Amino acid sequence: MRTDRILVKGNEAIAMGAMDAGCECYFAYPITPQSDIPEYLSTALVQAGGEFIQAESEIAAANMLLGAAACGKRAMTSSSSPGISLKQEAISYMAGSDLPAVIVNISRGGPGLGSIDPSQGDYYQATRGGGHGDYRTLVLAPSTCQEAYDLTVGAFDLAFTYRNPVVILGDAILGQMKEPIRTWRSRGRPEGEAEDWALSGARGRAPRLLKSLYLSEGALAEHHAHLVSKYEQMQAEARGEEVQTQDAELVVVAYGSIARIAKNTIRSLRTEGYRVGLFRPITLYPFPAPALADLASQGKRFVTIEHNTGQMVDDVRLAVRRFADSELLSVYPGRLPNPEDFEHPIRQLMQNEQQTEEA
Amino acid sequence: MYQDVIIAGFGGQGVLLIGNVLAQAAMQAGQNVTFMPVYGVEMRGGTANCTVVLADEEIGSPVIHSPMSLIVMNQPSLTKFLPRLRSGGVLVVNSSLVDTSQIQEQGIHMAPIAANDIADDLGTVKMANIVALGAWIKATNALPLDSVREVVASLFAAKGEKLIQANDQALIRGAEAAVQAGHGAQIQAEGKL
Amino acid sequence: MRNQEQAVFSVPEVMVDTPMHFCPGCHHGTIHRLVGECLSELGLVDSTICVGSVGCSVFIYNYLRLDAVEAPHGRAAAVATGVKRARPENFVFTYQGDGDLAAIGLSEIVYAANRGEKVSVVFVNNTVYGMTGGQMAPTTMVGQKTTTCAGGRSQERDGAPLKMAEMLASLEGTSFSARVAVDSIAHLKKAKKALKKAFEVQIQGLGLGFVEFLSACPTNWHMNPLEANARISGELSAYFPLGVYKDPGQAVEASGGETCIRM
Repeated sequence: MRTDRILVKGNEAIAMGAMDAGCECYFAYPITPQSDIPEYLSTALVQAGGEFIQAESEIAAANMLLGAAACGKRAMTSSSSPGISLKQEAISYMAGSDLPAVIVNISRGGPGLGSIDPSQGDYYQATRGGGHGDYRTLVLAPSTCQEAYDLTVGAFDLAFTYRNPVVILGDAILGQMKEPIRTWRSRGRPEGEAEDWALSGARGRAPRLLKSLYLSEGALAEHHAHLVSKYEQMQAEARGEEVQTQDAELVVVAYGSIARIAKNTIRSLRTEGYRVGLFRPITLYPFPAPALADLASQGKRFVTIEHNTGQMVDDVRLAVRRFADSELLSVYPGRLPNPEDFEHPIRQLMQNEQQTEEA
Repeated sequence: MYQDVIIAGFGGQGVLLIGNVLAQAAMQAGQNVTFMPVYGVEMRGGTANCTVVLADEEIGSPVIHSPMSLIVMNQPSLTKFLPRLRSGGVLVVNSSLVDTSQIQEQGIHMAPIAANDIADDLGTVKMANIVALGAWIKATNALPLDSVREVVASLFAAKGEKLIQANDQALIRGAEAAVQAGHGAQIQAEGKL
Repeated sequence: MRNQEQAVFSVPEVMVDTPMHFCPGCHHGTIHRLVGECLSELGLVDSTICVGSVGCSVFIYNYLRLDAVEAPHGRAAAVATGVKRARPENFVFTYQGDGDLAAIGLSEIVYAANRGEKVSVVFVNNTVYGMTGGQMAPTTMVGQKTTTCAGGRSQERDGAPLKMAEMLASLEGTSFSARVAVDSIAHLKKAKKALKKAFEVQIQGLGLGFVEFLSACPTNWHMNPLEANARISGELSAYFPLGVYKDPGQAVEASGGETCIRM
């Protein structure tokens, strides 16, 4: 049952989603533009009897997360780009140890200290398993405050279903904007979750070990086989939203806040008679490649619009490669894109063939 | 219906506050709304602006380059945002701080509001933003003034009756000023995204 | 300038003539000036390499005309180590806030001090994270309210505030460690003396020089500048005593008791 609407920031929606999902532990460090999340949880989570720590660093927070996850607790951390870089080692360890955890990245401009403005420059980092070794994390990309809330609630279930880290990838637009949302009563933490593997003291049972070290011959390879198989099962979670793609000649592919901005562009161009549609990946890993390939097989053309120097376009090209290619329209971080930025390049694309543009 | 506005001034003028008030009022009126703030790095001073989009339909972009209306509280904001105002758009401008004599009024509806003066008159210049908001409500007719009065009242509920009344007056005087400036004008809301 | 006028105060040339972004009542501006004065008076300006950090002081390179490198948050002491090892003949200093040095950068400063790196460290302690909007810091006082401890810092949950001048003084490689303030002219004069000393131990190749400045943050303390200064003189100085905790010129008691040489 959904409640009445409340006006909240995207950051707050995420924090509320975590609370409603039964998050028990949260560890983080302040960084613009996501500090609203620890600020909200520093009161709310403590009031609900959970554990909140403002850690000494993002590395410490990510390792506290590993510890809580090893105990089967629903736990989360959040940060922004430079802080997410710091967390990569711990995320790699959690992925290697089959640990469930939720990591929120409200991304900002990079590389380095970059800016406090929005960007989509962490796509590779999120989807390619940004730390060392062969692993993947589920990556969810909300584009509205409601979706930020909904996907955060769902992220905990996914993390525990697959015993895997899940990344929620937003940006400074989503984090700082306010929109009405409705919260809903989720079932919270299911009965008996993680009881069969979590650490709790070995009384009355065989001891359990959570590790990622596999030294003996062939052991690591076996472990990889297990991870690969897990990731194959995870493909079932791929999701995307299609807007006016059915009769579209050109499909814009965009995610998160950029997809929202592009929605205005598409509405505008439709009134001018251009048959343009939008495909919005909601999961970035697993990437909704089958749905895109299907559109490509119908003869449609593609342009990927992103707020970086070109990252998701690689996955779009891979997805449609048997039938089509994708143009790239990228807005560099440090400039805030608006609907009009996309109009002219798309008109041009529809009028000519084969053009790669930079906005 | 669809309406958007960019509200701009310097940090400390309460630009984000009135954006918040507007968003809250729009939500309570059953509309879809987005509020998008932009701040500089400085904790104090610097510039601040926000974009509010109100609509019956699902809102696409919360970021708007060419808004249908503007609330401009200081001179640098006028310079920055006026060129982006859509033709036929509404400009509510704080004439206490902005030289309005040079503004090209062709094709836009301008409501010069002496917001600082009106606010000062009512007790404190800090209410200039509320005055400007009242003016915008009347100039665009995007929402009933009462829905905004409700939100402003609850905002100051904890601060005592005197402040509630003063801010309510600020809203009303702003609305009156817009009418006097020749605006019960409203923009065509149809035909927009 | 007219004949009767005489310049009695000016800022050192190393300071860029530009408005600063700091809030009214913030002490960064004053501390930047003291750094500039000490560098000038010791003839160090031309050989200085400044290692900047992340926080309200991130723009130090806009205010002091020096070679500078921007370090990731917390890593300035490690970056400074790299700089000084690469260029031992240059003068190297870091300028860090309480999050940068005492939270995320704690390991780096302890090791730079322990190794006795010949660098100088300016630590600005205002008991709160300013730039990111007022969250709790390692030096936030028990009971002090911040945006991540709305009910006030709890010692049980978050531990007690860290005393960096004392902590670093306990390490062999630290040559000079002091805590100062700029809330009054008397304190400011002593602060400058301490800062100069911290710079001199680098010139003399003795080890790490560390000065902790108790500093005001009126915005995130929700005080006006005068109230903020009073908080330093009162509450903060009581918990974080001003004074010199280690000085190469003074013998250190072996008994393990807290040594604090009043200046």
